[in-house]
Amino acid sequence: MRLLTHNMLSSNIKGVSNGFPLRIEVEKVIEKHVDFNADFLRNMFPKIEWKAFVDAAKTIGYAELPEEADSSMLDSDEFLNKFHHALLELHLEEGGLVCPETGRRFPVSKGIPNMLLHEDEV
Amino acid sequence: MATKVSNFSDLIQRVAASCHDSSQNRHGDEEDENETESESEESEEQAKDEEDKEKYRVLYKMPFRIAQIRLVSSHPEVYEPCDDSFALVDALMADRNNLLEHQPTLCMEVGCGSGYIITSLALILGQEGPGSHYIATDINPHAVWITSETLAAHGVHAELINTDIALGLEKRLAGLVDVMVVNPPYVPTPEDEVGCEGIASAWAGGENGRSVIDKILPIADNLLSDKGWLYMVTLTANNPSEICLQMRERGYASRIVIQRSTEEESLHVIKFWQDLDAQEDAKQMATTNKTASARVMESVLSQFSLLSSWISNSSHSS
Ligand SMILES: C[S@@+](CC[C@H](N)C(=O)[O-])C[C@H]1O[C@@H](n2cnc3c(N)ncnc32)[C@H](O)[C@@H]1O
Repeated sequence: MRLLTHNMLSSNIKGVSNGFPLRIEVEKVIEKHVDFNADFLRNMFPKIEWKAFVDAAKTIGYAELPEEADSSMLDSDEFLNKFHHALLELHLEEGGLVCPETGRRFPVSKGIPNMLLHEDEV
Repeated sequence: MATKVSNFSDLIQRVAASCHDSSQNRHGDEEDENETESESEESEEQAKDEEDKEKYRVLYKMPFRIAQIRLVSSHPEVYEPCDDSFALVDALMADRNNLLEHQPTLCMEVGCGSGYIITSLALILGQEGPGSHYIATDINPHAVWITSETLAAHGVHAELINTDIALGLEKRLAGLVDVMVVNPPYVPTPEDEVGCEGIASAWAGGENGRSVIDKILPIADNLLSDKGWLYMVTLTANNPSEICLQMRERGYASRIVIQRSTEEESLHVIKFWQDLDAQEDAKQMATTNKTASARVMESVLSQFSLLSSWISNSSHSS
């Protein structure tokens, strides 16, 4: 699971008002090379919740991202490279995603999060 | 898929048989290509074979690839690519130029099964594409895992999530999906077979095969971006013209990209997109303007009625 996906997921348990961001529990992180595409990064940037993204990156061991970012930084190659690496190349392979409100844990196994809810959670 | 399910083992056999036929006749292993190159010795190593195919592709400027059946992973509880899957991929190929121009940033599949569709989409948009990101979901845990194998075998990537339609994504992914593809469970079955464990959830669609489709439509509407497109497979029994009308009420225009009749079923792949006229109609319908709905009804139904008269004509002549 890429951090891009983490940034798009939230807990949908019945009664939870703010299920974002999910807290990451790390068991295993892997890196996979992805071809750099600046246009894609520029398109994605406005859709990313930056603080959740920076915190998630730190949790999985990458602390190079600036705490704050705005669109003017998209002109900097250095920034784009870091953004690219954190957004697409780092994968949470094994671990969990924890609902910030209820503490319910959604397991991540073989890089695939399981967001299915039990009957009493829907 | 079969349209009437009397018992499961019967259906499984029929599904298996039609999958078998299809994989031989259609997107199977590029047998035809080998035949046209028949001067080369049959008994050569596979690696060499692969190399030749690659050369062939370059030689004849084959512009893009789709997923290959022999590289699609399988599992007894995961739906194998069938006529419906092939129809959807054919629709995406037919619409490829539009898709490239569309420059989707985020593409998504709901119910990815073996991964045949999402892999093909990634390959179709491929090298010339805008660098799209792919997300695929399935309610069946085996399916998402099989999809990851199929993607890897073709050297492409999609983010996979084991979930019910788009549960967990609906908040943050709202309005971001530029292309959504769905081959839903559409076979009419008793309601209690919908969403049960294992392979049955691959086809069981409840009353008129609409249970899962009707859940997907509002979610698709929520996730699609303003320029977003939805491609969906439907069966005649699903009442596709009514689906189009419902989407019209949400401001979507629609077009049949591919219509295909097999011995068992008549499939449509329908494309939906947000359209100003449709939105205008939707507003008017909301204020209960009967003339608008009648006009819309006519325009939506015309594509299907033309089609059904064409089908009945052509079946008479054959
Ligand atoms: C007809 S199969 C299509 C599989 C594959 N996309 C293809 O075209 O070959 C339907 C798929 O939808 C999945 N599915 C059924 N209900 C679902 C739901 N509520 N949410 C997500 N996926 C679902 C099934 O597990 C199955 O893999």
